Amino acid sequence: MARIGYFPGCSLHGTSREYDESLRALLAAMETSVEEIDDWSCCGASSAHQGGRLLGVALPARNLARAEAQGLAEVLAPCAACYSRLAASRHEMDRDPDLAAKVRLVLAREDFRNGVQVKNLLQVLRDRLTDLKAAVRVPLKDLKVACYYGCLLVRPPEVTGGFDDPEAPSSMEEICRALGATPVAWNRRLDCCGASLSLARSPSVIRLGSTILQDARKAGAEVVVTACPMCHSNLDFRQQAMRHRGALEGEMPVLFLSELAGLALGLPPKVLGLHRHFVPTGSVTSRFAAAAGEVG
Amino acid sequence: MSHPHGPETLVDRVHRQTGINIRRCYQCGKCSAGCPMAQETTIRPHDVMRMAAQDDLEGVRQADGLWYCLTCETCSVRCPNQCDPARVLDALREIVQEDHPEDAPRPLRAFHRSFLDQVRSHGRLFEMGLIMAFKTRGGPLFADVTTAPGMLSRGKLHLAPTRIRHLEEVRRIFEACGQRED
Amino acid sequence: MARIGVFVCHCGENIGRTVDCARVAEALRDLPGVVHSVDYKYMCSDPGQQMVKQAIAEKGLTGVVVAACSPHMHEKTFRRAASGAGLNPFLCEMANIREHCSWIHEDREMATAKAIDIARTLVEKVKRNRPLKTIQIPVTRRALVIGGGIAGIQAALDIADGGREVVLVEKEPSIGGHMSQLSETFPTLDCSQCILTPRMVEVYQHPRIRLYAYSEVESVQGYIGNFRVTIRRKARSVDEDKCNGCGACTQACPNRKVPSEFECGLGKRPAIYVPFPQAVPNLPTIDRSRCLLFLNRAKGRPDTCKKCAEACSKGAIDFDQQDRLVTEEVGAIVVATGYQVYSIGKETGRDDLHGYGEYGYGTLPDVIDGLQFERLASASGPTAGRILRPSDGKEPKRVVFLQCIGSRDPAKGMEYCSKICCMYVAKHTMLYKHKVHDGQATVFYMDIRAAGKGYDEFTRRAIEEEGARYIRGRVSRIWRDGEVLKVQGFDTLSGRPILMDADLVVLATAVRPQPGIEALAQKLNVSYDRHGFINEAHPKLRPVETSTAGVFVAGACQAPRDIPDSVAMASATASKVLGLFASEMLEREPTVAVVNDALCAGCFHCERVCPYGAVEHREVRNRAGQVVRVVAYVNPGVCQGCGTCQATCPSKSVELQGFTDDQVYQQIQALGL
Repeated sequence: MARIGYFPGCSLHGTSREYDESLRALLAAMETSVEEIDDWSCCGASSAHQGGRLLGVALPARNLARAEAQGLAEVLAPCAACYSRLAASRHEMDRDPDLAAKVRLVLAREDFRNGVQVKNLLQVLRDRLTDLKAAVRVPLKDLKVACYYGCLLVRPPEVTGGFDDPEAPSSMEEICRALGATPVAWNRRLDCCGASLSLARSPSVIRLGSTILQDARKAGAEVVVTACPMCHSNLDFRQQAMRHRGALEGEMPVLFLSELAGLALGLPPKVLGLHRHFVPTGSVTSRFAAAAGEVG
Repeated sequence: MSHPHGPETLVDRVHRQTGINIRRCYQCGKCSAGCPMAQETTIRPHDVMRMAAQDDLEGVRQADGLWYCLTCETCSVRCPNQCDPARVLDALREIVQEDHPEDAPRPLRAFHRSFLDQVRSHGRLFEMGLIMAFKTRGGPLFADVTTAPGMLSRGKLHLAPTRIRHLEEVRRIFEACGQRED
Repeated sequence: MARIGVFVCHCGENIGRTVDCARVAEALRDLPGVVHSVDYKYMCSDPGQQMVKQAIAEKGLTGVVVAACSPHMHEKTFRRAASGAGLNPFLCEMANIREHCSWIHEDREMATAKAIDIARTLVEKVKRNRPLKTIQIPVTRRALVIGGGIAGIQAALDIADGGREVVLVEKEPSIGGHMSQLSETFPTLDCSQCILTPRMVEVYQHPRIRLYAYSEVESVQGYIGNFRVTIRRKARSVDEDKCNGCGACTQACPNRKVPSEFECGLGKRPAIYVPFPQAVPNLPTIDRSRCLLFLNRAKGRPDTCKKCAEACSKGAIDFDQQDRLVTEEVGAIVVATGYQVYSIGKETGRDDLHGYGEYGYGTLPDVIDGLQFERLASASGPTAGRILRPSDGKEPKRVVFLQCIGSRDPAKGMEYCSKICCMYVAKHTMLYKHKVHDGQATVFYMDIRAAGKGYDEFTRRAIEEEGARYIRGRVSRIWRDGEVLKVQGFDTLSGRPILMDADLVVLATAVRPQPGIEALAQKLNVSYDRHGFINEAHPKLRPVETSTAGVFVAGACQAPRDIPDSVAMASATASKVLGLFASEMLEREPTVAVVNDALCAGCFHCERVCPYGAVEHREVRNRAGQVVRVVAYVNPGVCQGCGTCQATCPSKSVELQGFTDDQVYQQIQALGL
């Protein structure tokens, strides 16, 4: 059984717990054991580097150091923001030895080598594409999906290590095709949904989010797929507000990539946490759920 | 950079923090062209780059675009001249907050302060606590925050924070980075 | 006994400000062997030179040291002066106390001491100088021109008209280069083919030009005046002696769907083709990667289609033709291989070029490059001169031009300016307006660089009279929305974000050297920059010479160049070549390595380290004519006097004339280190 380090991050323990649930179920079904970083702490997300560069690097580094001490070679950070912070922290320490020395001091970890690979869900699933394909029980035939990357999964390439093209990525489409779904060609898959201003400036967020959802619909998508809890909560939770302001008509289900993959692997919607969405996911689950009817 | 014997300029400060020479910027405007917040701001990324390259800290302080940056990295990925505007804006926010902490818009200050408080207190983010602290600090009352009950019924919000075991490690990081408690 | 004269120059204030020249002269006067030592304000002036001549005559000098500027500047001046006074010119040397001393130091005391040291080392060297004679090499008075674009054509014609034979090699089936693809040319808007094709015909008919089209330079040996060039004549599969150019074969070919290189992929051609109607030579070529017969042969299948051969009344089709190697002896070479445009596709041909994903990586059919627009605007092009967009053949009413694509973009392309784009984009907006009267051309630019005669007036005309909208700013992204392209940019002058619809987008892509230029440069032993552009010998004073004597450079293979620049450079190379060919013998400096036959052990270490391939093998025979030893011989025509052989020879049997071990050691010793 393969083993992978896991940094769930705060969102997956709270507002996006269905991402955590579906991910654990999916990886279990793919015979990959998930080893959580012991006593992990918040990566600092978009606020820490507002408090200075060192804080922005040191908070994620604490988790990298714990993972290293735990003997983990690679860590999956499913949240795009956590992924970006962890990977950026690793990258910055790599290219700036003085900073790395400061961080070791702050963490009181003399032996920290900064040797842990940080991966996002796209990387982890694309690395295991053959296994994933083999595990599919319910191919998502004729399901038109809009693969939404957002900002931080493929940008900037120095931080992501260029695992996918920052201007023309294809990994999420490859994964969805492996699940039997049909990715649509659309224009807003790399646009920002505005998550970092989610609380502080919500009109901006509604403008940006609704533009993304409208474009997905125009391209014929039946569901938007994401691998980021920030994007998900912005696009799912805020759809009601978008409709209130007349920025959007109708509903567009937004699924985590792990949920979509879970459905294709025949996992029950309840296990995948699909009942926790604000926008009903019945239009998808009714067609593909192995035990349909569990979720409305 | 500037003459080694001269006083440290804004260009120098940004260079010291990021390794980027903002004088590289030739004002093509591609950063502002792709900026998702360009239509909501009056001083856009290329304007900020221009002011910073002219050592105009006062101008930078007036820049709304500095504070409404989404850190989406679009500007940096597309910058033809490797100026990395996203990093420069990070650095400028840091510089302005060092010199003029009152400059940042109130809701933003409230948000970041509340966020960091949560992390310092628990080691992790307690979302409910964040929303409440944010509102007490003067964050706007949004209609959609009232849907928090919807969050609760979906099992998405915890009512009590989870505290990490080695909170002292996180506290030490905050102290070492000069982040005092309010 | 040596009688050395020392002449210290103030160079006005250049040296005099930092170095006490009188003291230098005084200090040198006391050295053993120095019989005359003076200082003067401008030693290079006529009175200064007279001082040197007079001293040689009056004091019977056996050597001269001029302590002044770099030998690059005035060595010739003073050697000529010495020679005029009857002294062998190679007994005169320069001590560089300007670039190496006064210009780089501030402390007068220390600089003066250093100047004395520098001059002293030269005194010790000159004491050991031997009279040398310039080397005479015979010159083959024929030239090779590589590349049959406008630069190569011009160079070939000028040299041939000057009375010398020219071998012109072109790798494509026809000469003409990129200029033959252009519609009209800036800033006069005259028809490109109308001014080019007469030149092409002239080349073909010229009695002194031998044209090898569809050929490439395979190898180059030799040195200035004496190059031996092997040329690969690629198999056209057509016997050029039999072919009468009737075109029946191209009509008969069933595979008519090959994207035409000449039309930049916007048109199709058959597998046997003549690239364009005015091609020179007017000979068809079979593209073996597309011809059915050759594709079958590659799979071991029998020949099926021979339609071209059946259609040919002259029996000129030769499926079994092989590449042929021919050798030509020439005395000079002109490199004029031209340029390619930056690829807008994902494959850029180099790892450090990333392409433009934000503009669709060339996957959006209505995003084209400037050369493609030339073909659309050309009367002989795939649309017969009508501006029609590739996706649906409709006439675009809104065309957006983006400048600096791949140029001035270190992140995705090259940091340099491609020079020609500002002008050809202005031209494109005009051509478009002339053909689509109700159309709107919009240009996104960063700067308008229109330095040239009539150039700025031309871009102003595009804006003021032809109504092109110029927006200062770059575009962030282009995407397709139904039938239109969405262009998201920024107007930095009005400070407004811009989102506009376009029917066609034209990218002004960077000028890059031709693929394979590095390999050719290595064959020719000429240096090139990191982009692959051939380096000129001096950016100001030797703009068409290269690092290798006898090899010259013209046109866009040296840097982005427009037509007038390329033609001017080509004529300059021709003048250089004709100058070289003016006499039968060539004079060269004698600072070359000479092997002592008696000492040479024949290990040929020198041969391995010589960067110029100047070392040859020479057989030493006894009286009976039997070979007793093989020793090294340095060809004085090829040797550049770098001294690497001398430094590495284990038996110390090779010496650079004028820089012998003894001279250099004595110089060092003079410093008393």
